[in-house]
Amino acid sequence: MRGHRKHLPTSKDISGCAISGIMNEAGERFSGDMIIGSIATMHDRSNGLGGGFAAYGIYPDYKDHYAIHIMYDELADRQSTERLIARYCLLYEDESIPNRPSPVIRMRPFLHRYFVQVRPELLRRHSDLTEDDVIVDMVMEINTKIKGSFVFSSGKNMGVFKGVGYPEDIGEFYRLDEYQGYLWTSHGRFPTNTSGWWGGAHPFSILDWSVVHNGEISSYGINKRYLDNFGYDCSLFTDTEVIAYLFDLLVRKHHLPFEAACMAMAPPFWSQIEHLEPRRAELARTMRTVYAGALLNGPFSVLVGYSGGMVGFNDRTKLRPMVAARQGDMLLVASEETAIREVCPQVDRIWHAVGGVPIIGQLKDPAKVLGQPEAARLARMTRSLAPGAAAA
Amino acid sequence: MKIIQAIAQYCMNCRLCEINCMVAHSSSRDIITAFRAERERLTSRVTVEQSGPRTFPVQCRFCQDAPCAVACMTGAITQDPATGWVAHDPDKCVGCWMCVMVCPNGAMARDVGGHVTSKCDLCAALDQPACVAGCPNGALVLAERDEVENA
Amino acid sequence: MAPRLVQPEFSVQRDGERCIACGVCVRQCANQVHSYHPEYEEVRAAAERCVGCHRCAWLCPTGALSIIHTPPTYRHGGHWSSEAISNVYKQADSGGVLLGAMGNSQPVPVYWDHLLLNASQVTNPSIDPLREPMELKTFLGRKPDQVELEMSGPEPSLATTLAPQLELSMPIMFSAMSYGAISYPACKSLAMAARELGTLANSGEGGLHPDFWDFGPSMIVQVASGRFGVTPDYLGAAAAVEIKIGQGAKPGIGGHLPGEKVDDSVSRTRMIPVGSDALSPAPHHDIYSIEDLRQLIYSLKEAVRYRKPISVKIAAVHNVAAIASGIVRAGADIVAIDGYKGGTGAAPAMIRDNVGIPIEFALAAVDDRLRSEGIRNLASVVACGGFRCSADVVKALALGADAVYIGTAALIALGCHMCQQCFTGKCNWGIATQDPYLTRRLNPEIGAQRLYNLLSGWAHEIKEMMGGMGINAVESLRGNRHHLRAWGLSDRELKILGISAVGE
Repeated sequence: MRGHRKHLPTSKDISGCAISGIMNEAGERFSGDMIIGSIATMHDRSNGLGGGFAAYGIYPDYKDHYAIHIMYDELADRQSTERLIARYCLLYEDESIPNRPSPVIRMRPFLHRYFVQVRPELLRRHSDLTEDDVIVDMVMEINTKIKGSFVFSSGKNMGVFKGVGYPEDIGEFYRLDEYQGYLWTSHGRFPTNTSGWWGGAHPFSILDWSVVHNGEISSYGINKRYLDNFGYDCSLFTDTEVIAYLFDLLVRKHHLPFEAACMAMAPPFWSQIEHLEPRRAELARTMRTVYAGALLNGPFSVLVGYSGGMVGFNDRTKLRPMVAARQGDMLLVASEETAIREVCPQVDRIWHAVGGVPIIGQLKDPAKVLGQPEAARLARMTRSLAPGAAAA
Repeated sequence: MKIIQAIAQYCMNCRLCEINCMVAHSSSRDIITAFRAERERLTSRVTVEQSGPRTFPVQCRFCQDAPCAVACMTGAITQDPATGWVAHDPDKCVGCWMCVMVCPNGAMARDVGGHVTSKCDLCAALDQPACVAGCPNGALVLAERDEVENA
Repeated sequence: MAPRLVQPEFSVQRDGERCIACGVCVRQCANQVHSYHPEYEEVRAAAERCVGCHRCAWLCPTGALSIIHTPPTYRHGGHWSSEAISNVYKQADSGGVLLGAMGNSQPVPVYWDHLLLNASQVTNPSIDPLREPMELKTFLGRKPDQVELEMSGPEPSLATTLAPQLELSMPIMFSAMSYGAISYPACKSLAMAARELGTLANSGEGGLHPDFWDFGPSMIVQVASGRFGVTPDYLGAAAAVEIKIGQGAKPGIGGHLPGEKVDDSVSRTRMIPVGSDALSPAPHHDIYSIEDLRQLIYSLKEAVRYRKPISVKIAAVHNVAAIASGIVRAGADIVAIDGYKGGTGAAPAMIRDNVGIPIEFALAAVDDRLRSEGIRNLASVVACGGFRCSADVVKALALGADAVYIGTAALIALGCHMCQQCFTGKCNWGIATQDPYLTRRLNPEIGAQRLYNLLSGWAHEIKEMMGGMGINAVESLRGNRHHLRAWGLSDRELKILGISAVGE
């Protein structure tokens, strides 16, 4: 039995799931109790073989540092990993990730976190690299080269907490009730095959992207090879990983707004494109033609978190459930309505997501929460393709 | 009315139309029996004419003011002025071959055994003329006479 | 005539109880197998002339004829097959090159048959194409790495203009078959069907008959080493231009259309004298290297004002992946790879049966190579060479093809019975002939309808297979090798194909 030990899969992961996400668009922070309450309602959508959370705004004291969460099979794996980190980064703080022993969490890896900044000399030497690129390179190197180490979170002022167990037990274990964040996403997993490895739980995260996902991407084989073309090594064999990298490619590298990225991943049918007004039809036609390899086929509902907000979207025929609601500044998105009503009984508005049309939550004043440069980047990401025609 | 149009460029001289015509007008309606037992009495009402590679099936075109009907002295050939249908009654036919002489298309056949004329009746008893139904290359089709004449 | 050592390959069996001596067989056999003997009122057969085209059996109104393949039963059946022995007899008779036509007919492995497709169960719903959208629309041509948006306006707008694309209703086209090699009605059938289906036919290297210029938007025209019929108007008439470097049936070999097939019409279309042999040199004599190819690609792009994609077709040879990479870097918008089992009107049998590699491996290698170099999006890959059915097509798409060309299957739909005697010019089915007695046997209205039916049927089947995989757009099948598994292949073969074994 492999137990909790690192085990990069060699075949495609298949699982059903529950997802939930809660955001305060005004940037007000709230504790992890709420998201735990939401995901726990959907207990039966997972089977105890994986649960996890992504939380944004939880490290205000280190908001300019990358928070690197790592799971180690053995303490001995720490040394080589930390040597590798030191090659890329300057370390400001490190500690064991706080946890609360629980009778239902039996076997677990060593969980450690680091607050780091990229070595400035690296950026001077490689003029085409951003500090995000350096972090991605470092994460890829640790995850593929070091046998017992796995980075499962690497963004700024955010963190992923995940493991093998029901999501509410994992939330308890990580003491998420003690954190305050403005955006939380969560995942309960129902895998049909699993190694019991904690890294196999969701969310999947790179930089500040976090993805929770319910579904099975039947286009996985080509999505993986498409990403390969752009230097992404999809080693985890999960749809979630592919979705995260696609967002990274389309939004961070190709500078597409979320709506355009979602159009690439869940485009309108050709028969619908024919009936769009000409400019939009041309855009859709071009997106489909160029991003054919990015089209996500098969049933899925996915929630992507990032520093500025979250994006929920479905496959274009909507074969997996997704419900959204607004209450004041709060946006709630979940697999089932009950997961919303449980934590927010009264809502201003509640609706079912439309296939292929993203639900976009965003900080109303990102400059206040994230600072001016980041806010400018977010402004581009959240531009609507057709003003006044936004989905939500 | 609809008549048979021959599309010469697709006629490939297999002459299945002739064979099918004879079978359709045999008493047995069975090809092997017809050719074994009735061969002497069978006359094809369609004839494939040939000149080099060009071949062309010919049968009654149901002309307007059909010359055969005018020429027939016994009243065996009559034309319905309303529909244009040209009918042939073998009981009245005496085998004078006047219709054969005047037919501009060479479509009147001599049924030598019966000593009467034999002409295309569009296989009135069948859904489709046997030559049209059996043509393997679409060289024989049913078409409105006006369209054929204007084509 | 003195007896020849080569034995007849076919026996013509006539059921005397059914034969009515109607003479259809006599009139239909261009090889003069059947003859009518009025004194006995019977039809007899000279079986040694029979090529096994089955035209007589098809048209015999009483079903009296059976054509039986009767390969000679020489004693040695192993290393010295009957065919090998017969070939020696033939060459000892003639001193000539053994000719073959259509694809390789040796019992070589068919790798498509070693690949199996996936379907959804429980974790992923399969899709019913009769009730839900299922998209086969395919665009061929150069794609940029990314779409750029202009963000300064009131709303984001496209800043990327795509290179010219070919829009196909389904990822299947008709492969290059020239006027001259095939008949006017065969060409017309293909063009009509392509237009009706929303896909493309390919002129082949023999120019475009003036009657077919109206079909230009549904045609790819070829520029081959003989440059037959190439004019600015010819290039301008078509949807795309294809430079033909090689052909899967005869890699490294040029073409030879015998003068007997060059009648007045073929002569005008090819711009060569009536009755002269149409010789395509083995190489293009202005392309002795990859940089020369680039010049021709860009000359053609200039000629079509950069409004049409330029395709380059090569035979699948040992280092096909590297060659394809060079072709893409030379500026081609489409690379067509023709595999070892591709068809032809005439090829030396030794070449056809022994040169080149199967399309399955060539395709996998080319797709991998272009991806590893990050240039897969710069050109579309079209696979050809022996596609028999829609499942073959689905497997090719999953291996990485953007589209496929079908040639032999299209000819079979037109009536071809694979007698493999195209080079004799006596095609009884009116397909591979210019004989006016024979070409009239193919009615293009019927031919086009049959081609339309074939591809409509294939499209339905492809949609069903995609639906089973839980895929509703062909771009999610393309290059998606996760939906393929293989049986009966070695680890090495699996690795090259990039797929797992069944059960994995």
